[in-house]
Amino acid sequence: MEPIAVQDLVVRRSGRVVVDGVSFTAEAGEVLALLGPNGAGKTTTVETLEGYLHPESGSVRVLGCDPRERREEMTTRIGVVLQEGGLYPQMSPLRLLRLFASYYPDPADPAELVGLVGLSDVAGVAAKRLSGGQRRRLALAAALVGQPEVLFLDEPTAGVDPEGRLAIRAVIDRLRHEGVCILLTTHELEEAERLADHLVLLRAGRVGAAGRPADLLADAQEIRFSATPGLDLVALGAHFGTEARELRPGEYALARRPDGATLAALTAWLAARHIPLAELRAAKRLEDVFLELLEDDPVAPRPEPPRRAPRRR
Amino acid sequence: MTRRGLGHQMVEEVRMTLEQGERLLLTFVIPVLGLVLFSTTRIVITNTASRVDFFAPSALALAVMSTAMVNLAVATGFERSWRVLKRLGATPLSPGALLSAKAGAVLAVEIAQFAVLSAIAAGLGWRPHDGVAAALAAIVLATVGFAGVGFLLAGTLRAEATLAVANGLYVLLLGISGMMFPLERLGGFSPVARLLPATALTDALHGAFGPGGVPVEAWAVLAAWAVVAPALAAWRFRFAGE
Repeated sequence: MEPIAVQDLVVRRSGRVVVDGVSFTAEAGEVLALLGPNGAGKTTTVETLEGYLHPESGSVRVLGCDPRERREEMTTRIGVVLQEGGLYPQMSPLRLLRLFASYYPDPADPAELVGLVGLSDVAGVAAKRLSGGQRRRLALAAALVGQPEVLFLDEPTAGVDPEGRLAIRAVIDRLRHEGVCILLTTHELEEAERLADHLVLLRAGRVGAAGRPADLLADAQEIRFSATPGLDLVALGAHFGTEARELRPGEYALARRPDGATLAALTAWLAARHIPLAELRAAKRLEDVFLELLEDDPVAPRPEPPRRAPRRR
Repeated sequence: MTRRGLGHQMVEEVRMTLEQGERLLLTFVIPVLGLVLFSTTRIVITNTASRVDFFAPSALALAVMSTAMVNLAVATGFERSWRVLKRLGATPLSPGALLSAKAGAVLAVEIAQFAVLSAIAAGLGWRPHDGVAAALAAIVLATVGFAGVGFLLAGTLRAEATLAVANGLYVLLLGISGMMFPLERLGGFSPVARLLPATALTDALHGAFGPGGVPVEAWAVLAAWAVVAPALAAWRFRFAGE
């Protein structure tokens, strides 16, 4: 049985249907990303799974149960990062995690968690004095205190600096390998592509597309390959008369249709420079999928609502 | 309801009250300063033999109102707006346990206030009649009523509005509850003022520690608030949202 199962979910908020017939499942050890513009229904779907909202119709099952029932047992088995807030501003990371640890029957070690999310240097600093990115990492650590089997992360990397993102990605990877089922939301395509095993693209409360990133990206507009880091991107781009990018060290994207001649030319270019080719795939950029999806969309994406910083007293 | 986490939560609730300057000011500094200032000067004329006999029960009533209503409302209101209450809803700490921790913290702070204020009052020459049992009963009843009002504000208004309303109520009740001066001076308004929980508590404490005993109507008013205010709060309180 899947740890997360959503079936024909319809959720109404303030009289308006926000989620309109969404279905998907997620397995243990899998990262599922809900992707979509603001107002697509991502947070509403997650908050229904977390037990905050009632489905109007359809069903949500977390670990085989209705998340609103047997709340105490359910809450010991799930971890939650809200879209914003959720921290006592006057508490330091260590203090907050020790408090949260007292709620759970078998908590993780707070000091270890602080180290895991890379906050050891600021373990004793009140949350209100931490950067936005540090606060998101603290929120992630708080979600892990109960050693959850299912983790819900609503925009875990929004507003987080690159260093913080690396730390969060490393934690997510580690949890995935430990068999945790992770549902995250994001409106950032690259983040979703990097983190997720399974993507569900929402638009206007419905599933626009779903599948493994590789499947969604099968209709290729781009060549992806892995080789030694630090290739001369200018020379490579010039050779093919297009843009070449290094997505992360040693992973490249070349904006050309992956026809046979181009692939042959690429391997030849690498061979001439004695560069070993580790991996080669034809890929469409996720952004293209996303934009195609939105083009059919009668509802234009709404502008981002202003984020409110935690207020001080 | 499991009680796991309740004790630790209560300790943190107390600690958050005592470590923040503005909350300490509200719960300890102002009642102590008021007690000392009004007991040792002739700013206000009282109806008791000794000035401290009037202002010691007043300071205790003010301390209870500050802790159980104002401090509780403002702290809870901001926890709600920071989404802390919502976040706790996804932990095994049940709403009942959180509420118990907050109630326990209020009582713990009140015990400390009682100890500090009665020690200072004794130093100023306060010699109360033996009304401690009645006074404690009145304080517990008043605490339940005040906490109900505090949770009602915190659970329905935005944090800033809660802050404003709680502080407004504080000033208003301080003025018309008989804490600052004998209630008879309000003239025709005093029967209305007697329906307020702060007035009933002040009356009860003046009565308990004075020669007269607690007036029946003070018990009735305190009991009514202790039932109605928490019921309203339970009905209207929203853990999340503005």
